[in-house]
Amino acid sequence: MQDKIEQLKSKLAQAFADIHSSESLFQTKMKYLGKTGEISELMKGMRDIPKEERPEAGKIINALRAWAEEKFADLDRTLKEIELNKQYKKEAVDVTLPGNRQPSGAYHPNTLVRRELISIFSGMGFTVFEGPEIETDYYNFTALNTPKDHPARDMQDTFYITDDLLLRTQTSAGQIRVMEKCKPPIKILSPGKVYRSDDDATHSPMFSQMEGLVVDKGITLCDLKGMLDEFARKIFGEGVKTRLRPSYFPFTEPSVEVDVSCFECGGKGCRLCKGTGWIEVLGAGMVNRHVLEGCGVDPEEYSGFAFGMGIERIAMLKYGINNMKLLFEGDVRFLKQFKG
Amino acid sequence: MKLPLSWLKEYVDVDISPGEVTECEPIEGTHLHVCKVDCGESGELQICCGADNVRKGIKAPVALIGATVYATAQDHVTVEGVMTIKKGKLRGVDSFGMLCSGAELGVNGDMYEGADYNGLLLLPASCKNGEDVKPILGLNDYIFDIALTANRPDCNSILGMAREVAAVLGKPLKEPAYTYSAKSGGKRVEVEVLAPDLCPRYIAHYVKDIAIAPSPQWLKRRLALCGLRSINNVVDITNYVLLEMGQPMHAFDFAKLENGKITVRRAYDKESIITLDGKTFELGGENLVICDGNKPCALAGIMGGENSEIKDDTRELLFEAAKFARDSVRKTSRALGQHSDSSATFERGVNEYTTERAMARALHLIEELGCGTVTNIHIDIKTPNSHDGAKKMTADMRKINGLLGIEIPIDKAVDILKRLNFGVTAAGDVLSLDVPPYREDIDGYADIAEELIREYGYDHVTGTFLNSARVTNGGYTPAQAAENAVKDKLVSLGMYEISTYSFYSEKDLDMLHFPANAAERRFIKIRNPIGEDLSVMRTTLMPSMLNVIVRNLKRGNTEGKLFEIANVYIPTDSPDGMPEERKMLCVGFFGNGNFLDIKGAIEDWAESLNEKFDFAAGSKPFLHPGITAIISCEGEEIGYVGKIDPKISEELSMEKKAFVAEIDYEKALSHAKPFKYKPLSRFPEVARDLALVADESITCARIESEIYAACKYVSDVKLFDIYAGSQIGENKKSMAYTVTFSPKDEALTPEKIDGFVKKILGNLKHNLNVELR
Repeated sequence: MQDKIEQLKSKLAQAFADIHSSESLFQTKMKYLGKTGEISELMKGMRDIPKEERPEAGKIINALRAWAEEKFADLDRTLKEIELNKQYKKEAVDVTLPGNRQPSGAYHPNTLVRRELISIFSGMGFTVFEGPEIETDYYNFTALNTPKDHPARDMQDTFYITDDLLLRTQTSAGQIRVMEKCKPPIKILSPGKVYRSDDDATHSPMFSQMEGLVVDKGITLCDLKGMLDEFARKIFGEGVKTRLRPSYFPFTEPSVEVDVSCFECGGKGCRLCKGTGWIEVLGAGMVNRHVLEGCGVDPEEYSGFAFGMGIERIAMLKYGINNMKLLFEGDVRFLKQFKG
Repeated sequence: MKLPLSWLKEYVDVDISPGEVTECEPIEGTHLHVCKVDCGESGELQICCGADNVRKGIKAPVALIGATVYATAQDHVTVEGVMTIKKGKLRGVDSFGMLCSGAELGVNGDMYEGADYNGLLLLPASCKNGEDVKPILGLNDYIFDIALTANRPDCNSILGMAREVAAVLGKPLKEPAYTYSAKSGGKRVEVEVLAPDLCPRYIAHYVKDIAIAPSPQWLKRRLALCGLRSINNVVDITNYVLLEMGQPMHAFDFAKLENGKITVRRAYDKESIITLDGKTFELGGENLVICDGNKPCALAGIMGGENSEIKDDTRELLFEAAKFARDSVRKTSRALGQHSDSSATFERGVNEYTTERAMARALHLIEELGCGTVTNIHIDIKTPNSHDGAKKMTADMRKINGLLGIEIPIDKAVDILKRLNFGVTAAGDVLSLDVPPYREDIDGYADIAEELIREYGYDHVTGTFLNSARVTNGGYTPAQAAENAVKDKLVSLGMYEISTYSFYSEKDLDMLHFPANAAERRFIKIRNPIGEDLSVMRTTLMPSMLNVIVRNLKRGNTEGKLFEIANVYIPTDSPDGMPEERKMLCVGFFGNGNFLDIKGAIEDWAESLNEKFDFAAGSKPFLHPGITAIISCEGEEIGYVGKIDPKISEELSMEKKAFVAEIDYEKALSHAKPFKYKPLSRFPEVARDLALVADESITCARIESEIYAACKYVSDVKLFDIYAGSQIGENKKSMAYTVTFSPKDEALTPEKIDGFVKKILGNLKHNLNVELR
């Protein structure tokens, strides 16, 4: 019996050494530990040995079984680990390969600036109004205190469609449409395309403006300044200041040009601000009382301010775009830079 | 590197200074001379010179090495840019500088006598060798280039600016002399104004014993500095008064005026005039002319006529100082394409206060220059439209301060207005004002507020934040918010947003082969476009999109997905003539991909609107006849999508394919529905795959709708494979669908699903002759 066990043990040791896969492990395990396996057969052979030797033999066989089972379990763990490592190796990825991306498109720079402006001003209570691009002479000029013989008409080269219809030269035209319909308090933003007969590196026959209008009781030039300070800080950065200079627009009185301190050099003077420390960004003023009257708003009771800026100009300043034409060419190398 | 000029000058003298020619020897066989020139501090220099007036003993400007002078053309007069003097060698002789002509220094005879000579500019013997030449030539001056705002025509002159400067500095204004002594005229001069609406004021004055001569140097120089050429004393006086006072003047040769008469009237139809510059114009009732007893002698406010021009033999003249309506001058000037300093001034506007004084000033100058005898024949027509500009008004400081938001002390306000020549008396907060007669722009207290704040200083305006305004609820309208969402969706689908001009050329419509009767050819035309290229308001965004695609391909950008949302402009019959502005969405994919990519993007967009678009084969003149779909939504046609016709691709030399779509944005959005949550079924959905064989002509859409129609439990039908080949049979295709059934109130058993599938297959067979593969 003892010999048999020893024999089996060395056979098993040999068998273990020959196991190199889960498959052979399973088969070997069955061969020895299965129902008809050799160890099981040994157990069955107990009947043939004398009764008094049986407990001892049983002990020995059970020890052998336990030893074999543990050995198989060890082997199983080892094999699994080897196989897992093989799988790891096989599945390994060069993590420096480029990722699979869902390329998103991009917004036109004007859209980005327009959204930023609207978000700044809507927080201050402005609603957005869009008027028609083809306007009447009345809304574009006459109602804005610019009658037919007014020299200010020469300030803007206008595209005409008929004697009375034209491509609006300024989004201010929208002001009148709003004031005719709504009673104060009015706070509107009027963004949109405008057209002037100009075509060079800094002028385009089509461009976009954003007009702002506030009409209520007791509105002052200081309120205009305060609002523009806020705007300048939000769009160009903390610390940017505004400066007012006298100017002239027929529909505002007093009228001002508004400069912001150069956000590139902090006002020390650089190429962007042409060494002056200031950058002209918009025109503004207190709404002319003729304009208010013309819209049925009593200038004795109400006052207001208006401001207007070129969206392309802001975009060019903000993103450092050097030629306005780029904005209208649709070159994808340009467009893809504005992921927003 | 920073280089202070003042510092640099310690080491090298870059200026131009007088030099005395101490030796002058001809260079054999040339027109050149080699000179020794005493340049004072810079020492004695050897300079070669080709001028014919170089000789020993003269003094002329020397440009030292490093100096910049004007480069002149072959004629030695026309300036062709600038050049920097370098050490040179002429015919083997070293030269260390250049002796200069007037033209090379930018000086003409009006600025410095003799400077026009085509040779060296000779300087007086009294000037010191090596000193700065600028004061000698009168070049030590500053010229301000001022852009005036349209409301201040009164500043459009030396005197007008002087008034402003005096106000700022708080110094008195020194008016020029207006005096003259009038002698008896002994002539009958008649003036009538028949168009008082276009000529509110007309002043004429007769001057005799005219002696035409050159103007004195000081006068010539001032004209030259302002860019005007001297003509003769009389013409120069009119130009001088224009510059000095801002009032255009004209002088007629009185002997040429028939009947000694001036008539200001509208031109007769087809009447013509030859102006001073020799151009002939045919006129009409829109044009104001100054006539003698018979014919037009001047285009009012624009230019005099050749027939009454001041010539060397003019012995008597009639001066004109008038106010012409600015719109009239502007219209005539534009219509005829004839512009002058005079017309530009009238277009800005002149005031009659200045008109009167300008005449006096011109007459004073006639006397001062001794070019004639001023007579007492002075005719001043004040029509009913005339007004001298002076007006009285009151302005309440409380209102002014209320507008500005600051408190300007009343004594400060009074002081500022007095400096600006307002007559001011203050009673409490109310100012009684006499407005200066030349300030036609002053109209109300807001104008006074502007006068005050620009003098008081904008730095007093400190920001406040709508202290008294009521709170308003800001933000986008629903439509604007929806447009933002649309753009967000399109960008998330990989598209770049473009913006193109709202106008193009009719050729752009030709490019897309639109037939003559196409709706797209009913467009609005700009009456005064920049050019034909930008003359038609667009009726479709497609030409603009295609142009952008072509431009990208030409620049080597081989692929891209683009979109634009913009208006098209459609003529209407509405009584106010206002055209319709219709917002369109245009999409263009170029380079890679196929029709299903752009279609898929559009379907994704539709889904984001909670809509479903239907696509049916259609045609467009510029799209591939087999790859064109008309898009509709709930039965309404909203747009199209397809592939650019290869023949157009070839015409435009496009090396890559392009797929495009154009959708009526407003129509598309009108079908959008708010999202509502659909309750989840307690029972799982069941999917079955069906591989079908259909005739090639049967569309996917027909099979899908047949499947939907056959069973109300079908919630989704998705094609996952399409195949045609020999195994399927001639003119047949295999189409494999996943059909999803959604249970409603009870679970769908396999038996039930089998029943549905049987029904579906039955209908397909019966209606479309489609069978299970």
